[in-house]
Amino acid sequence: MKKGYKNWGPPLLLISPTIIVLGIFVYGLIGANISVSLSNRNSLVPATEFVGLDNYIALFGEERFIHSLQNLGIFTLFFIGGTMIFGFLWAWMLDKGVTAEGVFRSVFLFPMAISFVASGVVWRWLLNSAEGDRASGLNRVFENLGLDFLQNSWWNDPTWGMAAIALPAIWQLAGYVMALFLSGFRGIPEELREAARMDGATEWKLYRYVIFPQLSPVALSALIIVGHMSLKVFDLIMAITKSIYQTEVPATYLWVALTSNDYAKSATIATILLLFVAVVIVPYLIYTARAEKRQG
Amino acid sequence: MSVATGLDKKPSEPTAESHMPQSSAIRARAGLSRTAKYVLLVFFLVIVLMPVYVLIVTSLKPPQDVNPATSWGLPVRWPWEPAFEGGPTGFDNWALAWNALSASIGRTFLLAIPAALIASFLGAMNGFVLARWRFPYADVVFTFILFGMFIPYQAIMTPLVQMKTSLGLPSDVSTLLVVHVIYGLPICTLIFRNYYAGIPHELMEAARMDGSGMLRTFRSIVLPLSLPGFVVTIIWQFTSAWNDFLFALFLSNQNEGPVSLALNNLAQGAQLANYGAAMAGALLASLPTLVVYIVLGKYFIGGLMSGSVKS
Repeated sequence: MKKGYKNWGPPLLLISPTIIVLGIFVYGLIGANISVSLSNRNSLVPATEFVGLDNYIALFGEERFIHSLQNLGIFTLFFIGGTMIFGFLWAWMLDKGVTAEGVFRSVFLFPMAISFVASGVVWRWLLNSAEGDRASGLNRVFENLGLDFLQNSWWNDPTWGMAAIALPAIWQLAGYVMALFLSGFRGIPEELREAARMDGATEWKLYRYVIFPQLSPVALSALIIVGHMSLKVFDLIMAITKSIYQTEVPATYLWVALTSNDYAKSATIATILLLFVAVVIVPYLIYTARAEKRQG
Repeated sequence: MSVATGLDKKPSEPTAESHMPQSSAIRARAGLSRTAKYVLLVFFLVIVLMPVYVLIVTSLKPPQDVNPATSWGLPVRWPWEPAFEGGPTGFDNWALAWNALSASIGRTFLLAIPAALIASFLGAMNGFVLARWRFPYADVVFTFILFGMFIPYQAIMTPLVQMKTSLGLPSDVSTLLVVHVIYGLPICTLIFRNYYAGIPHELMEAARMDGSGMLRTFRSIVLPLSLPGFVVTIIWQFTSAWNDFLFALFLSNQNEGPVSLALNNLAQGAQLANYGAAMAGALLASLPTLVVYIVLGKYFIGGLMSGSVKS
């Protein structure tokens, strides 16, 4: 590394195509996107002037955009909550040794292999909003079980509809969080548990002072991965409801703006989304890089 | 070398606990909570599999037999029996779905397989130099590459669409192929970097001592050890290209694009009422990735776990 270009020239050359391509298609296009968002390219007519933050101010003044942010917030809350709870619960149950563990694991994880578009087909059916005699899907199950009060209009509700959209998302990703937690559980040295038990720690204290602290890096990873996926949610909503007001989030609003050729607006929404994700991801990347350095 | 998923239980050593004599009361309680755990696990198993049941059952019912009251029930007739004389059968749903999707399924293979191979190969080279043939600021370069994995693709979509239009690029899978290779580079690089970090230093040093150059070391020492890494990245890339909807929707169309667009069109298009065909289509479109998952599950999970960055 110290001996000059003869040593570091070849590896740099080998990796340079990737650096150039990502430089253009990630960083260059992000720059281009920001510049479109600062222009008046609100139609097919090429941009004529720089308008500063006008597009951003206009967007935050829209009831529709605020509603899409609120939807995203509700979705994120339920999605993260659901995947973390079920992911942890499944991992916790499987960790302690279960016959046919592999079967449970594979089944809980399999929805990850399926596209949101395909699962959207069946979930649109399950979340059918018809009630009573015409009910099908989950409402029919509630009807038949005598749990009528649980019947609801699912995603047709403009406020809480997003919680219904979170159900399929939880179904698809809880298994992933389970896998993360399970690897966390399995990474805890058995000696640590034993030592705590020898010291007479109760089961609760064992978890509170030994297991949970050991799991916290995994929980953070899970939180960040699921959280940033949640901010990008698009496919699932398009597959279940298409782009409609009730289930609109910034990503689907962007699609509406772009297909009506309002490039400035779609670019503005995109920049806001990027900022949201960056707030979550950049500290995480820095944290991971530092942790790696400390390990040597 | 194998792929570490971190999920497998370590061979357990006999613990102090297992040597202790247990009273029958304790054992009975343990048995009860054990039963409760299995009941709960099976309950969740049923919940998770429920959508699959719905897909299969509904796909085998001819439209005439679809009615809310019996929507959770099994088909009332064999899938080859028509609902009435000369009427459609359950299998007709599958025929309809196959006709609607088969061309796009072919195109998606032409997209996903090369996208997986090319991105994996480039990722292997990147991972190799980042882990084992380092240069100044390699960590900075790595973070620079990694960021591309987490961005919302919406953040580059507007200029990407404009770029495609101004360059006059086709709306078919060839454009998507390039796009999937480019945006697959970060994760393939990450997976190989972590994988190569596990190759013993001594092997590299020995090659260097022999005066092997970088490319020769890569070709003759590193590549032969790389199969498990390739399986992971190829599966990952194949699955994400196969399941992609976002890029497909913005850059392609249902006549020239991948199966996700054709399926979405089948499910939301003209035959909105025909859930049977839509569900048969969803099953057809999911088959390739499901087969990969069932056959190579361990490697699939290996790719998943790499998303959590830590090696």
